[in-house]
Formats: sequence, C-alpha cells, structure tokens
Amino acid sequence: MTAPAEAVPAPLEAPSYLQVESGLWSWLNTRDHKRIGVMFLATVTGMFLIGGCFALALRTELLTPNRTIMDATTYDRMFTLHGVTMVWLFLVPSIPTSFGNFLLPIQLGARDLAFPKLNLMSFYTFVLGAAITFGGMIAGGTDTGWTFYAPYADATPTDVVPVVIGIFTLGMSSIFSGVNFIATTHLMRARGLGWSNLPLFVWTIYGTSVIMVLATPVLGMALALVGLDHALHLGIFNPAVGGDPVLFQHIFWFYSHPAVYIMILPAMGVVIEVVPTFAHRRVSSYVAVAVSTVGIAFVGFLTWGHHMFVSGMSTFDAGVFGIMSMFVAIFSAIKVFTWVGTLYRGHIQVRTPLVYFFGFLFLFVFGGMTGVALATQALDVHWTDTYFVVAHFHFIMVGGSVTAFLAALHYWFPKMFGRLYDERVGMLSATAVFIGFVLTFLTQFLLGNMGMPRRYYSYPPRFQFLHVLSTGGAWLLGGAVLLALGNLLVALRWGEKAPPNPWHSRGFEWLVSSPPPKHNFSTTPRLDFSPYDYSMTEEEARERAGVG
Amino acid sequence: MNSAPGPSREMAVNELFRRVLFLPPQSSTMAPEIDHLHYFVISTTMAGAAAVGLLAIYWVVKYRARGSLPSRTEGAPTTPAWFELMLAGGLLSLFCVWWFIGYMQYVRLRVPPANALDVYVSAKQWMWKFAYPDGQSSIASLYIPTARPVRLLLTSRDVIHSFFVPDFRIKQDALPGRYTTAWFEVKEPGTHQVLCAEYCGTGHSVMRAQVVALDPSDYARWLAAGNSTGVVGGLGEEPRAPLAQVGGVALAGPPDVDPASEEEFPAAHLVDLVRVGTEAAAQQGCLRCHTLDGAPHIGPSWAGLYLDRVPLAGGGTAVADEAYLTESMMDPLAKIHAGYAPVMPSYHGLLSPAETAAILELIKSLRDVPGRTSPPAPVRAATSPAGAIGRPYPPAEEPPLVAAPTHAPMPPPVEQGLPPPGLQPNPLPAGPIEARGPEGARHVVPSASADGGRSQSPSHPEEPTP
Repeated sequence: MTAPAEAVPAPLEAPSYLQVESGLWSWLNTRDHKRIGVMFLATVTGMFLIGGCFALALRTELLTPNRTIMDATTYDRMFTLHGVTMVWLFLVPSIPTSFGNFLLPIQLGARDLAFPKLNLMSFYTFVLGAAITFGGMIAGGTDTGWTFYAPYADATPTDVVPVVIGIFTLGMSSIFSGVNFIATTHLMRARGLGWSNLPLFVWTIYGTSVIMVLATPVLGMALALVGLDHALHLGIFNPAVGGDPVLFQHIFWFYSHPAVYIMILPAMGVVIEVVPTFAHRRVSSYVAVAVSTVGIAFVGFLTWGHHMFVSGMSTFDAGVFGIMSMFVAIFSAIKVFTWVGTLYRGHIQVRTPLVYFFGFLFLFVFGGMTGVALATQALDVHWTDTYFVVAHFHFIMVGGSVTAFLAALHYWFPKMFGRLYDERVGMLSATAVFIGFVLTFLTQFLLGNMGMPRRYYSYPPRFQFLHVLSTGGAWLLGGAVLLALGNLLVALRWGEKAPPNPWHSRGFEWLVSSPPPKHNFSTTPRLDFSPYDYSMTEEEARERAGVG
Repeated sequence: MNSAPGPSREMAVNELFRRVLFLPPQSSTMAPEIDHLHYFVISTTMAGAAAVGLLAIYWVVKYRARGSLPSRTEGAPTTPAWFELMLAGGLLSLFCVWWFIGYMQYVRLRVPPANALDVYVSAKQWMWKFAYPDGQSSIASLYIPTARPVRLLLTSRDVIHSFFVPDFRIKQDALPGRYTTAWFEVKEPGTHQVLCAEYCGTGHSVMRAQVVALDPSDYARWLAAGNSTGVVGGLGEEPRAPLAQVGGVALAGPPDVDPASEEEFPAAHLVDLVRVGTEAAAQQGCLRCHTLDGAPHIGPSWAGLYLDRVPLAGGGTAVADEAYLTESMMDPLAKIHAGYAPVMPSYHGLLSPAETAAILELIKSLRDVPGRTSPPAPVRAATSPAGAIGRPYPPAEEPPLVAAPTHAPMPPPVEQGLPPPGLQPNPLPAGPIEARGPEGARHVVPSASADGGRSQSPSHPEEPTP
C-alpha cells in the first residue's frame, strides 16, 4: 500500500530459471521451487508410465479366463505394484509436488516457498521412498494389494516390510511438502492478496496440504503396525494372537478416504484455473469453490466407514457413514456447477486443456455419482469388492486426476518451458484419452454388475467378452497417453517459442515471463485484484500488479 | 435363469433394465427390490453426467469466441447464491432419498427373519465349508430349501474372506475369530455360484462354491439321506461328481482345488452339533464355570441365555446373540455380565471355529431351559452344578475364584490357520496347514478327542449318528 511500485521495466531481460545456471549439479542441488517442481514432474511422470505398464500387463493377462501371460502369484504382485505405484508414487504427489511447487509461489507473488531447503529434502525423501519401494518390489514384491488388509498382510508368504517402509518414507515427503505449502500460503502472500482473491488453485493446494499433514501420520502408523505385525508377529491385527483385523481397516481408510481428496482436490484446482482462462470470464462463484474446498477437506474425514459396509459393521454405523458420504458429494457437486457456470456467456476458445476438461467433466460427474450410489448401502452390498468399485475409483482417479494432470501439463507447459506444442496432436490425443478411458472402465461397471470380483486372476468365462473390450480400451488409453507425452517432448526441443501469456489468462502466474526468471518477480508485486478479472486488459493487470 | 419376462409390463421393464445393466438373475426374495433401486440410481447418475456434459458442450458452441478475442470482457454474470443453494439442496435431497431407500433395504438385508434356518459357514484358504445344526456338513456346496429364509453364520479360519452370491445380491465378509451373519431366501430351485470377494491370496479367484436350492421335499430327503453325495434324486447329479460339474451347470470350484479337499474333508458326517458342543464345552473346561441348568456358578449359566438381555458390568445391556456369545469366548473381558468376576480367559486360538459353532448351538439349544435367575448369583455362591451334562464336576478341581483361571490363555502357535510359507502357484495347501492344525493350540485333549487326527474338521468326529 505504501510506495506503489513504479512500472519497473526490465524483468523480461532476466534470464529464465532454466538458463540462469547450467550443469547437472545446479539441478540436483537447487533450492529453486521451479526446478524442484520440474524434477518432481519428471519423476512422477516416470512413475505414471511405470504404473501404466503394470496396468497394461494386468489387462493383457485378463484377456482370457485363465493364464494368458503370467501366473497367479505374478498377477497378485503385479496388481499390488500397480496400486502402490499409482497411488503413492504418482497420484498423491502428482499435481501438488510438480505444479503446486512450480506455481504456488508465483501465484502468491513470492520468490520461493517458505522453506526452500525443506522442499529439496522433500524431493530426495520422495526419491528415497521410491527407491526403497521399487527395491522391495524387485527383491520379490508383495501380494497384499495396495490396501495391505490384515490378517492377510501378516500371513502372506511375500515380504511386505520393504514396501511398507518405502511408503512410510513417501509419507514423510508428503508431510514436508504439505507443511511447506501451508506455511507459504499463510506467510508469503504479496501485498493485497487475501483469502478472498487468492487464486483457487492455491486454495485447493492449501486444502490438500491440510489433509496431507493430518491424515498421512495415520497411514504411517497403520503401515508401521502392519510391518511390525508381519515381521515380529506382534499380532496387533491378527486374530490368531488376539488382534483385530477390522481395526486395521478403520485406521487404513481413515487415511485412505481423505487420500482420495488429496488426489482429486488439486485436480479440481487445475480445472478452475483452466476454465476461466479459456472462457475469458470470471469464475461464476468464487466463494462457492473456496467454501466447498474447505468442506471437502473437513467432511472427507468422516466418511471412511463406507468402505466397510460388509465387514460386520453395525447397521447404525453404516447409516451414519452413508449419510456423511452424501454430504461430501454435495461439495463436489457445487464445484461442478461452478465449472459449468463459468462457461455461460464466455468467449470460449477450445484448446487442448479445455478438451481435457470436457472429458474430466463427464468422467468426474459420472464417477462421483457412482460414488454416491456406492454409499447407498443396499447397492453397495452387491457392488463392493467387485469391478464396479474398481471402475468407480478409476473414474475418479484416472478420469479425474490423470485427465486434470494432463490438462495441467498442456496448460502450463508454455509457462514452464517457454515452448508451444502442436495443438492438433494435443486435441487428438485428448480425445483418444477420453475414448480409451470410457471403453476401459465403462465396461468394468458392467462387469461389476455381473458380479465379477476384483483381484481375480482367473474368472468364469461368462465375463470374458467385457474383459476383452476393457483390455482393448486400455491399450487405446495407453497409446493416447504416449501420444500426448510424445507431443510435449517434441515441443520441448522443437516447439515454437511461447509468448509470456499465450492463453491471454489473467492468472497471476502469467504476469511473469515464460519461462519465469529465477526469482519470479524483480520486485514484489501488488496483487490486490482478482486473478479471474477479465474486465481489465492484460496490460492494465500488469500495471496494477506493478510488474510492467 | 428363473426370471424370464413375465406377462406384466412391469416385469418386462424390469427384465429390460436387468439385461442392459448386465445384472445376474434375481434369485433371492430381496434381489428385485434392490435392483429397482439400482435402476433408479444408475439412470439418474447417467442422466446427470450426460446432462452436465451436454450443457457444457452446448455453451461452448454457443459462446465460442468468434474472430479475435476481446482485450477485455464485461458483464459475465456470477451465479446468484440462492440459485446455487437451490441446486445443491435439490441434489442433496435426491441423495438423501437414495440413502433412505438404500438404508431401509440394507437393514432388511442385514436382519434375518426369526424363522430362518441356520447354516454355519466356515471359510479357509481357499474353500467354503457348510455345517448344519442338525447334522450335515458339506464342502463347496450349500444345500438349502427354497421358500425358507436361510441365515448364514460366517467365520474364517485364517484370513478375511467374503461370501458373495451375485444372484442373491448378498455379500458378507467372513472374519477370523468372529461371527458375522447374512441371510437370503431363494424363490426357486436352482444352482447359484458363490464367489470369494475379499482378496485372500493366490487361490482367491478359485475359491468358489455353489448354493444348491432344493424343493423343500428334496431338501428333506437330502437331510434324511445323511450324505451330501448322490442322494438328491431330483437334480440329476452324479454321486461324487467333480465339483466343476455338480449341478450340471458351469459353476463352482475349479477342478484343481477339489480332489484334495474331498480327501481332506469327508463331505458329510451326521453329527449333532449340540452334542459336539457339549463335548467341546466339557473338554475345554467351559462347564467348570458355566452350568447348563440355570444353577448359579462362577460364570453365567447357559440355560435361557441365548437372546436374553444381559446386564453388563459398568451399565448397559447386551443381547446374547451369536455375536455377543462369540465375543465373550474370544474376548471375555470386553462385555462382562454384571455380577460376575472378570476371571474368564480368552479362548481365542483354543477353540476352533467349528467348536465355537458347536458351543453356540449348545447354548442356543438351552434357550428354553428355565432357571436363569434374573439377579445374577453372587460370585461366591458356587454350588455343585448337579445337572450339568458331561463329566461330573469334582469340587477339588474348582478353580480359585479370583485369579488363575483353569485355562491360562495360552498363546497358540502364531501360524495357526495361516497359509504355508512357500508360495504355491497352484493352490490348496493341504499338507502344510494340516501339519500344524489346531491340536497344537489345544493343550488339553482329553479322551473324547475323536477328532484328534482330523485337524481340518474338528467338529465332525467320525462317530456314528445317534
């Protein structure tokens, strides 16, 4: 409010964060949130590809009712690896550690995160956790499924301990990043930037961080106890020595249901940045998005029991968990209204990120409403532990989070690397991702209706037709993802140079050049306006922020 | 197979939806109404997702940017709060309607009718075993009468399994050390596949069984024949047919599981579960503290206990159903009967699931025995339980009342009931598990241990039927 920063030209001249230093060591030892974000991005994308390879191998095995390419024990380990890789090595860290890391400080008008060294430590903790997890997988793997249900996890002849230690370590990384994001949001906001004009992506990363910090220790505890149970036969969850297996399910889902929101909230944050940009209008209801973000983060902690309706829970408890699940769905629905409402009377340009948004919208709404259907107890009895559940959470995880991750990758690609990708290939791959996805997982809803249980190596032949369709869809999906990533890799080297704001967004991250200079802003900007205010021209916005 | 389109229009619509959604036949009494809710919920879901998607596409087409973008845009409306609240409220009401109907059905799905036929289901890696109170037992085939509710009392010997019959729309986890219940009533004779729905190891996907629903008269004949093999005339089964062919339908377990299981488990013995329970209760020392005739003793008498409302130490009451009785055996200090000292040791690992079932049947058989005194006896008023069945009760053996129960809670071998150490690609761990069966856990195996050698089916000693 004091000395309004006079128009200081020149920040455009500063070398970008990519050019300011060179050499491998300058990356490995960097404290720059943007470089750490890029390292995270490369790492989690690699994890996504590895997890995807497991998925394709599993789908291929399921082409025939009996053995196709692998034996039962390999299959059991493979679906465990697929789940562990996708959940803890990709989905949980994906958007927060890459795009969150890269964008949160810029959107706040800050030079970096509050704790740059902790940020680097989070990256190496993640790498360490990934190494331990993969080491455990290579050394023999485990076959419990990513849920580690006791007492099977105690009894399994495979070794769960290394994988559990790996995931425990990954949880530490989550907590480091979460603490960092929370502190940065509270302490590092530019002048004029309050809770009522905070970019909504920051709101969702903030909500995600709160869940990470509160829920991850519970996961760590549950997994530590499973590891001790397995290694030392403590019997905490093993009824043969006086333990309680259902207790494990309660503790596990107390983390793992909120973890769903760790995966989907940042995806919602991406969408609420993408839609106003391509509609060139303000968000239709800022308050509703902010409030529903907090609502999801809170009510998400009270619904875990809906995973356990057939575990012997009392009917009263089941009723309570059922109704709480209805409430958490309403907050997601409010977000959907806002996204769609933001298209109304806009000036809409259809670009690749927006194509991903359309896919996201259908998949998220259908996936979310089947979640409500699953929380309807009488229906859940038939559906739980079948392919219906598998299809439902893939609609949310893949249809929601992965689609939003790809949208983010395309949307912020020019910002991060200063290049433009081929728009036609981008849109083609986005469409193919949607079609491949629907083919893969819509069929799995029907398989679930038929009564096909999940985690089946061999299955009765009546399920085969739908399995073959699903496998075909999975291959299409895999090819489409490779096409999308290939398009971006090509652009990285040969793409046209991007202007600072190729989408003509008013988002704060587009105030700086693309790619941004090392310290983002040469002087601290004044962000006392909304990042979704399209009644200002780009120049007026830059002037008002004091960035020239 | 039994829900051909009926004459009425309603049935035709039902059949259409069922086929479009790939749902299996509606073979239980609860299945049609659950499916009706299913149709409602899924149609709304699909319509909602499509409506949102189409609206978005419509607006994109209608409001697409023509020519170059304006450098600024004015007047984009925000959604008024009342409109947003109305939408959210309307949707929440819809969800609450789902929840209400679903919850009502769920309660009915979980609470069995009073006249249900009880069958004990015991799961282990990777097979299902069924035992009937009046003497039968069978592996992988559950024979039940039509037109009568059947209540399943499920437990597991090792890890968690889940009993899933798609045709009945029921599923219930079987937990080690506990009983859970499920019930169904089948409308017409036929065979229905049972799948294990909770991942339980290498053989999870081949842990299958079948429910064979028989006409009540056929069922009576099956019961009377005393053997599950080759006695059911009407079904055209071959005696001792390999499981995969039983019932003439492509159902049931895989051939590689079956032969061993048949050797391991004699398919049926005529054993009165109440008698087995009485013997087990005597062997395990239950009768040192509990009487069968209502006489007060160290622990509550079992006479008239079943389904009675038990006052708890520390306030409140509990209904002495299977769940409470099982919990009291496995974790006795959890809910103590008011007026009794907390001296009972845990029988976890000491009682096999089959013995637990048998003792439950014993307690249930005593439901109508009079003599359970409402104000529980003082702890020290121990008199000799003259009427107790089983061995006489030598006062010399009476345990000290305060501590040191007769049976110290001996830690059973950890491996009990757990799968073999080595991975076996093609399952059935008959050998290794049998080698350390529950005898290891039973430190006292007195004379009556007819099941001594049969670690896998301790509740079914090879004795002639009375």
